[in-house]
Parts: sequence; structure tokens; C-alpha cells
Amino acid sequence: MITLSKLAKTFNTRDGKVTAVDQIDLTIEKGEIFGVIGYSGAGKSTLIRMLNMLEVPTTGEVSVAGKNMNTLSQRKLREARQEIGMIFQHFNLLWSRTVAENISFPLEIKGVPSTERKTRVEELIKLVGLNGRGASYPSQLSGGQKQRVGIARALANNPQVLLCDEATSALDPKTTDSILELLIDINKKLNLTIVLITHEMHVIRKICHRVAVMENGRIVEQGPVLDVFRRPKEHMTKEFVKQVTEPEETEEALKHLFTEEGIGHVLQLTFVGGDAKRALITDLIRKFEVTINILQGKLSQTQDGSYGSLFINVTGDEHHIIEAIDYIRKQEVEVEVIHGE
Amino acid sequence: MNNLLVGSILLLENVNWVNMWEATAETVYMSLIALLFTFIFGTILGLLLFLTARGQLWQNKIVHSIIAAYVNIFRSIPFIILIVLLVPFTSALVGTMLGPSAALPALIIGAAPFYARMVEIALREIDKGVIEASKAMGASNSQIIFKVLIPESVPALISGITVTAIALIGYTAMAGVIGAGGLGDLAYRDGFQRNNPDITLIATMIVLVFVFVLQFIGDYFTNKLDKR
Repeated sequence: MITLSKLAKTFNTRDGKVTAVDQIDLTIEKGEIFGVIGYSGAGKSTLIRMLNMLEVPTTGEVSVAGKNMNTLSQRKLREARQEIGMIFQHFNLLWSRTVAENISFPLEIKGVPSTERKTRVEELIKLVGLNGRGASYPSQLSGGQKQRVGIARALANNPQVLLCDEATSALDPKTTDSILELLIDINKKLNLTIVLITHEMHVIRKICHRVAVMENGRIVEQGPVLDVFRRPKEHMTKEFVKQVTEPEETEEALKHLFTEEGIGHVLQLTFVGGDAKRALITDLIRKFEVTINILQGKLSQTQDGSYGSLFINVTGDEHHIIEAIDYIRKQEVEVEVIHGE
Repeated sequence: MNNLLVGSILLLENVNWVNMWEATAETVYMSLIALLFTFIFGTILGLLLFLTARGQLWQNKIVHSIIAAYVNIFRSIPFIILIVLLVPFTSALVGTMLGPSAALPALIIGAAPFYARMVEIALREIDKGVIEASKAMGASNSQIIFKVLIPESVPALISGITVTAIALIGYTAMAGVIGAGGLGDLAYRDGFQRNNPDITLIATMIVLVFVFVLQFIGDYFTNKLDKR
């Protein structure tokens, strides 16, 4: 559906040339929810804007739905853009228009007759769950409702691709979840390809099938979400994975524990998919002469299965502990000794 | 003597109501026609000023500099001097230097750049994200101008035209120096020069009423149309 090859963008600034996006190759399949995660300044915003040519690439090619975006004439580009919906962090609605008029806007641009526009707007209002709010102005809506209008507007011309530019970053956690649910719903109903950029791993975890991690204009790691969660290779990825698997205070609490006398070994176990439901701890206690104390645990759901992490404190004879760790490794559970080796 | 003066002001005995009415009509005529053209030219100039600026839809340094120079020069020339400067131009265009029509070219040339700046400021206030979103939807430049830029800036455009209209009424008073007539002219010639303060008082009050009414109408529509 989307292919990027050797895509690069350099900006000329007062401080010289800045490479925002550096030689990116990427393929996104039809019907997929693809996430790009990175901190601000990683180049993800520039990357997503090159998909519909809001930013013109310095070199490289962008192909969306079989169209080579960077060779299109102005006119053809406008037509191609009508096939690509986009939603924004700050919604970017026209405040002078009502909800219904905002949703109708892309239809007007395309030249859809007014009776057809009306029925389509009604459908879309229902689809995004804004029944009865058609005559309201954006200023009368909450953030979540505004983003729903943004989504309805982006879907008006039945696009093949939806681009989400930090679409939930301005929303509170609960509203974020409801918007993400809506995106999953749309993805399933319309088999729509969704590309989203975010700095929140929570968003990736919740809705993406595949993820790419960006740093300094490059993709440092990519793959199915569960794989990346299970075995994050790059430092950057590990940091992002931590965002969702460990409560923020974990690190601090554990560090405090390490200073205590006779704390023994502290292990971090990572379960993926079906493993998460296994009775591993019971097995360990039965098979080895060790004492296990559970310090902290968390289970999260991704689009392809569950993912969990567990911090345990193991005490006992040194060789028993080593045997126990070997046993865990054999169970295809990731284990990391974070203290006591 | 002093009591007599106060009495004559209060009794309005020097006021010739036919002249007063005529002057009022001239002021209204000059203001309305000038306002109409100022609105048209000012909007066009303001749009061009905005659109040709760096990073905008029709980015063009040369056109932008020319318009900016015109706007800045004509906005800086004091109106009373502008009228005199434009005398040859006006007589060629209108054919006469007498009557309210002769004041129109100077009024429009003086006020249009003033309004153009306000249009430009109003357009700059529009969230860039909204323009970006419109581009992402495949809007053409003309669709962006007529469906986004203008509708989104309507309240600011209206409050701008209100301020301009009030400034124009002030300008028409000065237009008296070239014999254009109007309330300012009447207040100066019949009121001040002939020592009839009651005429000056009435002329002032009529101008005040115009200004208040205009401001009220302007505020009403600005608030009504602002859905932010």
C-alpha cells in the first residue's frame, strides 16, 4: 500500500543543513495499522508529511496506493490527497463551520453534489459516534469529540490510507483510549490502512500491528509489535518499551531494595503471548529450593496478544538459583538478572 | 457677552438646518462610497500581501515588496497632505475639484492601505494547521482562499472595516480643505470661522452619533459571527 525508498529530507536552517529524515526504506501493507514512535525531533513528523507531500522529499520516492507521489502534477497530487485522510494533534478544524459543515468540507473540495454530501455527512456522524452534535461548533465540543470530527472529516472521501499525526497527544488517557478504539473499529470495518506517529508506547501497544522506532531521522528498529516488545534490541526501543511495561516508580522502588541487606537476586521476567498465563512461579518453587518474593508485575494487551513483565526476588543457595534461572530460560521466558550476579 | 454666547449655543439660533442636513448627506455619501471601494481594494491588497509573503501560497518576494511599499507609504502620509498631493490626479480622474466626489480618490487611496494591513493581520491570525489540513484534503489555492482564509477571518475583517469606517469619517472632515463639503467643512467654515459655536456643536454631535452607531453595528456582527 505504501512504499518508501531511500527517502530523505534536509532542511536549510540558519545553523546549516539539518537532516530530518535520513534514507528511510519502508513498506506498509494494506489494512495494517503501522506505528512510528520517536521522541520529538526524531523526524517522524516530517516522515508522515512526506506521505502526502505536505513536505516535499529532498531525495527518494514515496508510493501510496500505487501512485508515485513525487512525480504527480499539482492537479493529480490534489486528487491523490483526496484518497489520503489525515488527522492532527490539534484537530485543525474550521471554527467558523459547524460539525456537519466541517465534515462536509473535503466533500465540497472534491465537488460532491450537495444532496449526496448531506447523506454522507449523516453516515459519518454516526460512524464516529457524534449523533445529534452536527449543528454544534467545534468550540462547543470536548477534545475527544473534536478529534472524532477530525476522523469523520478524514474519512469523508473514502480514503485508502489514514495518516495520524500525534492524534491523541493532546487528549487525556481515557479519551485517548476511546479514540484508539474508534481507530481500531474503523480499521476493521473499512480495511483502512492507518499510519500513525506518536511518542507514546501506550498507543503503539494498544492498536498497532507493526512498529518502527525512529531516532535522528533513521528507523533504528522495526517489526511486529509483540516481537519488538519481547526483544527490543536498541537502547531507544528498550526505553519506549519500558513506558508501558513498568510503572514509572518501579525503577526507583527497586533501586531502594538493592540497598537492603540480603536482598539476593532480583530477576525481571518477560512473558509474551500464551506464556503469560503459565504457572511458572509455582513450578519454580516446587522444583528448586528457592524462596520467591514477587515485587512487581504488569500485564498489557497488544493487538496480537498479551505481554507481561514480572519482577521477582529469589533467595536460596547460589547453585539452586542458577538452576532456577536456567529453567526459566528453557521455558522461553525472557529473563534478566537485574541485581545480585 | 458671555451669557449671550452660551444662550446662542443652547438656543441653536445660528444653525441652518437645511445646510446641516446637506452637509450630513455629503458626509454620508463620501464615507459610504469611500468605504465600499476601500473594502474592495483593501481586501484585495491585504490578501495579496498575505499570500505573497514567505511560506504562503503565492510566495513572491517582488510582488510582496511592491505592495508592502505602497501600503507603508500611503499609510504614512498624513491625510491632509495626501489630499493636496493628489489634486492633479483627482482633477484628471473626476474632472472637477469641487463637491464630495472630488474627495473620493484621496479617501480611498488613503484608507485602502490602512484596511489592507488589517486584512493581512486578520489572515495571519488563522491557525497554520487549518491551512495545512486543507492542503492535505486536496484543496486548491482558490478553495483555500474562499473556503478557509476568508470565512475563518470574518470577525477580524468586520472589526477591521469598522475601525476603517470610523477613520474614514475623520478623513471626510479634512476633505473640506479642497471644498468637498460635509460636516467637517461646515463646522470649520460656518462654525469656527464665523464664530457660531452652536453649528460646530451640532456637527460634532452628528459625527459622534455616526461613530457610535457604526461601532455598535460592527461589534454586534463581530461577536455574532465569532464562533471560537
